[in-house]
Amino acid sequence: MNKSFTPATLLEIYRKGRLINLIDERFRGLLRSGRLAAVYYSPRGQEILAAAMGVHLQQTDYLVTTYRGIHDQLAKGIPLRPLFAEYYAKATGACKGKGGPMHITHPETGVMVTTGIVGSGLPIANGLAWASQLKKDGRVTLVTFGDGASNIGAFHEALNMASLWKLPVIFLCQNNLYGESSKYAKCTAVDNVAERAAGYNMPGVTVNGNDPEAMWRASGEAVARARAGEGPTLLEAKTFRFMGHYFGDPGAYIPKEEYDAHLARDPMPIARAAVLSSGAATEAELAAYDDEVNAKIDDALQFAADSPFPDVSEIDIDVYGAAA
Amino acid sequence: MSAVIDTAAKPEVITFTEAFSRALHDAMEMDPAVITLGEDIGDEEGGGIFKVTKGLSTKFGTDRVKTTPISEQAIVGAAIGASLAGMRPIAEIMLMNFITVPMDQIVNHAAKLRFMSGGQTHVPITIRTRTGAGAGTGGQHSDMLEAWFAHVAGMKVVVPSTPADAYGLLLGCIFDNDPCLFIEDQLTRTQTGPVPVKGEIIKLGKAHIAREGTDVSVIGYGRPVRDAMVLAEKLAAEGISVEVVDLRTVSPLDTETVLKSVAKTGRAVVIHEAPRSFGCGAEIAARIQESLYSELKAPVLRVASRDVTVPFSRVLEAAYLYQASGIEAAIRQTLEKRAAR
Repeated sequence: MNKSFTPATLLEIYRKGRLINLIDERFRGLLRSGRLAAVYYSPRGQEILAAAMGVHLQQTDYLVTTYRGIHDQLAKGIPLRPLFAEYYAKATGACKGKGGPMHITHPETGVMVTTGIVGSGLPIANGLAWASQLKKDGRVTLVTFGDGASNIGAFHEALNMASLWKLPVIFLCQNNLYGESSKYAKCTAVDNVAERAAGYNMPGVTVNGNDPEAMWRASGEAVARARAGEGPTLLEAKTFRFMGHYFGDPGAYIPKEEYDAHLARDPMPIARAAVLSSGAATEAELAAYDDEVNAKIDDALQFAADSPFPDVSEIDIDVYGAAA
Repeated sequence: MSAVIDTAAKPEVITFTEAFSRALHDAMEMDPAVITLGEDIGDEEGGGIFKVTKGLSTKFGTDRVKTTPISEQAIVGAAIGASLAGMRPIAEIMLMNFITVPMDQIVNHAAKLRFMSGGQTHVPITIRTRTGAGAGTGGQHSDMLEAWFAHVAGMKVVVPSTPADAYGLLLGCIFDNDPCLFIEDQLTRTQTGPVPVKGEIIKLGKAHIAREGTDVSVIGYGRPVRDAMVLAEKLAAEGISVEVVDLRTVSPLDTETVLKSVAKTGRAVVIHEAPRSFGCGAEIAARIQESLYSELKAPVLRVASRDVTVPFSRVLEAAYLYQASGIEAAIRQTLEKRAAR
């Protein structure tokens, strides 16, 4: 792995993060105005950590994510048209409108499972990684989840098995300090989720997920370790979500001072300033990038809006496969 | 073809356990994508509590035959994940009551990923598990829970009633492209039957007329079908002609074969080991009356176990379990209805 964090790397991370950021803003606007009707779990605040991990992954690597997963999917490279059309419940959606935002799947970009059940992705990630180990295909599997998932049994079963089998998997805990409406410390008995790795004899790393360089380094090490066949890592990225648990969550359970303190450290404007000061891009270039992304968003939204809803006959399709 | 148990010492019979084992060996030989995992299944651990997996790890290596921790969620999850990447995993859940632990993996993921992904992914896994009352294993080691899984779209549920079927159906599950639950009966595991043809797959979703008859259709799967076959032979001596429909695949249910049989006989007795209420028998009986109401010569009857926890004491366990005598009584009852008309 390239150890030097260059301005070009920072820019690459920023651009991935900004893509997520702009799409999230647009979606929230559409939801507010009623032009989009979908369950939505905003990743606002968690863009940089997903981007800094994403730059280490190949298209063929596997991703298992959760209902709050749009940032992970975009960082993995999912194209906008099928993604947006799925949010719009259209026949042209990634899952033909049958999965929806909580179950986005796009194997061409390695997005294998998006689950709505907390903690359940970890055991499945092990299986993908086990297949890679058997096939020696060099792929790694990234599974992402929130801090709340570290309190469910599947998390512990999966970490133990992954460590025993030295699976090429990265367990990325996005610790946004709240599990639904409950504070991290009220539900989790350790200060850092990564401490739990010790119980499974694997490296556990806590990092500021909102710091592009720190997150990039820690992610790179975890990916390299998995890729080299040295086994799994539990990587905990400390972060914060600004938009509550679900779209429409007023977030009254977050004290104002706490919220404001996080807002003052919003990773997106900080990353933008860092890009500019590094000389990797100018204001004009960043503005041009925004225009470019917005044009892609416009295109994908138009595509989604213009697409038909699934034919009702779809209800009987994909229940079972064709007879073997 | 009769599947009556033959305990005479002929060389060409095998036990259920041998049939399960043979299917695993042959499947792993047939396709390198077939892999298996479960608690204690490796030879170092004795080849599994029931010895079904004996010899596999020695023959195919411990990469393809993985002994796991006691972690049912991790076991089923790993099977699902590997299947998404093109493998055909067989997960052993030692006993069916332990399957309550990985229900999330099975119900929310294995069964639904094909549909929720719009057919982009699918989950060709087989979950082998063992259960059955009558062996004194009590309330948490005996339950037949097949109805829970038959109720979930996307799952296939398979229960064999002969060793040869066990072999062919287990291969059918392994090479099917959907998640399959394969249930092995712990009480009949040493019983024998004719040897299956090597590599011969029995396709899922098709019921089997185990014995042809004209007076009454007895419809079931697994162990009670064996009882029904013995009874059919006995009743034939009295001139009662019993047709035995062995579902083989409980779900998706082969409604066509069931209805065809009942349309012919006009009478149906549905049998299963699981408790009576909300069991698969209710679904089968409902389908029959929905389609054949006017042709039925008697109400569709169910014979099943009692709606209680499986008790330990042999006396109570026997009172819990469905009885062959109950099946016989139900058959006679449907015929009496004819007389009453």
